[in-house]
Amino acid sequence: MKKKNSALSTVLTVFLSILCVAWVYPIVMILLNSFKVETAISTSGVFQLPNAATFAGLANYVNAVGSKGFLSAFGTSMVITITSVVAILLCCSMCAWYITRVENFFTKMVYFLFVFSMVVPFQMLMFTLAATSDQLKLNTPWNIWVIYLGFGAGLAVFMFTGFMKSIPLEIEEAAMIDGCNPLQTFFMIVLPVLKPTMISVGILETMWVWNDYLLPYLVLDRKKYTTVPILIQYFKGSFGRVEMGPMMACIMLTVLPIIIVYLVCQKYIIDGVVAGAVKG
Amino acid sequence: MVKATKKWWPIFVLPTFLAFIIGFIVPFLEGLYLSFCKFTTINKAAWVGIGNYVKVFEDAQFWTSLGFTASFTVVSTILINVLAFAVALALTKGIKGTNVFRTVYFMPNLIGGIVLGYIWNILINCVLSIAGQPLLALNNKAGYWGMIILMCWQQIGYMMIIYIAGLQSIPGSLIEAARIDGATGWQTLIKVKIPNVMPSITICMFLTLTNSFKLFDQNLALTGGDPNHSTEMLALNIYNNFYARSGAAWKGIGQAKAVVFCLMVIAISMIQLKATRSKEVQQ
Repeated sequence: MKKKNSALSTVLTVFLSILCVAWVYPIVMILLNSFKVETAISTSGVFQLPNAATFAGLANYVNAVGSKGFLSAFGTSMVITITSVVAILLCCSMCAWYITRVENFFTKMVYFLFVFSMVVPFQMLMFTLAATSDQLKLNTPWNIWVIYLGFGAGLAVFMFTGFMKSIPLEIEEAAMIDGCNPLQTFFMIVLPVLKPTMISVGILETMWVWNDYLLPYLVLDRKKYTTVPILIQYFKGSFGRVEMGPMMACIMLTVLPIIIVYLVCQKYIIDGVVAGAVKG
Repeated sequence: MVKATKKWWPIFVLPTFLAFIIGFIVPFLEGLYLSFCKFTTINKAAWVGIGNYVKVFEDAQFWTSLGFTASFTVVSTILINVLAFAVALALTKGIKGTNVFRTVYFMPNLIGGIVLGYIWNILINCVLSIAGQPLLALNNKAGYWGMIILMCWQQIGYMMIIYIAGLQSIPGSLIEAARIDGATGWQTLIKVKIPNVMPSITICMFLTLTNSFKLFDQNLALTGGDPNHSTEMLALNIYNNFYARSGAAWKGIGQAKAVVFCLMVIAISMIQLKATRSKEVQQ
């Protein structure tokens, strides 16, 4: 019995390791190719390792950062992600607390609308949303968060209310009797308890906003601003011939920070995903 | 307490709800209205009744896209869930290096669809050119399977995490009891483990189904609908009707398609949730 088990686990380990290589390989391939000169990145030469003749050093990276506008795209993505996620966390947690504590027809209706919005695909409103945001001048990185707050409220409110139903009322009541107004109660009593859910929602929303392509592509004033996904799409889309070297450098510059952040806080990220899934 | 809180709604609810009106309710209602109009911008819309919907169902490309999307959704949902569940089972056996495996498999989820699409576009084109096959832009079979592989690569890690959480929450005594009663490993899996992770299965099926059905970024970056719109999924088809086709009529048709698309997504979600909820075991 014991012998059979150890044999099985060896087979499994080998199999899982092979799978691991398959999982890492595409990214390693891009990394290797980002160090090659342009002519060496032909479709059939992608698998070759860079050698003395084809090694380009950091030229592609210099090109991507210098003339392809990577840094400004990265900055734009940062601004959009930070403002949107902060807005979603703050506004949606407050909204969720109100609609769980005050139960009447109005709050039930609001909650239903939020849940409904989670199912509706973006294509349903992309054209009208882009037009509305143009009219209201919500098309810069500094105020596109209003759109993200509106469109992303569904999931956030849903997750927050799911958690709030499980925290006891007594502490909040005690705070109110001691003279706290609802705002003080929320920030001093509820918010600290909410921290784990905040992290989960924050991670899910960050993953969404940072990687989102179509919404900023349609809503932002494209002549002035690009985000990282839009920049990468531009490499293929609009310049005719694709400059593979700088494109791969851009992909690496996009992927590396994500991987580093992931390795540092993977526990939170994985827990966040589980929490989001269980309640979603 | 409720009474005291009640009048604070302008602070608690209003900001989110205003944004929700701007970002969801208004565009949604306008979209619904415009699906019955011929228009180039929102202000220049002329009512045409159900004309757009008739044209949607007459559009051959709509049926091609629908067929492609349906087939892709079914195959990718099954593959992702079966594989993710298998990996989750393997990773709950207490093998050395479980954490490393889990970390690696989950990683692709953090990378955006556009970037993933291009990574795989380069990789698959390279494999095809070595094999002497036509490249992705001319090869719809490779486009189809390329998208399946890409979706598996991306989503297995995510679903695996949810399945692992589900499997770990099964009480050990339950599995022990089954073993003492003489159940084989296979019987334990079918009779004890699967019924007990039914909630996880519901969630994962729901997520993969809707993710695959609504897929856009990966489709745009990997195949872009080539060759000749044969790998164009519904979301990309709607997008192309809006922004890539000339002629005033197409925006209206695109919006009508979007409404049909939205109804399908809602229907799938409803049916799916009902179907799996009924199989869940009460713990």
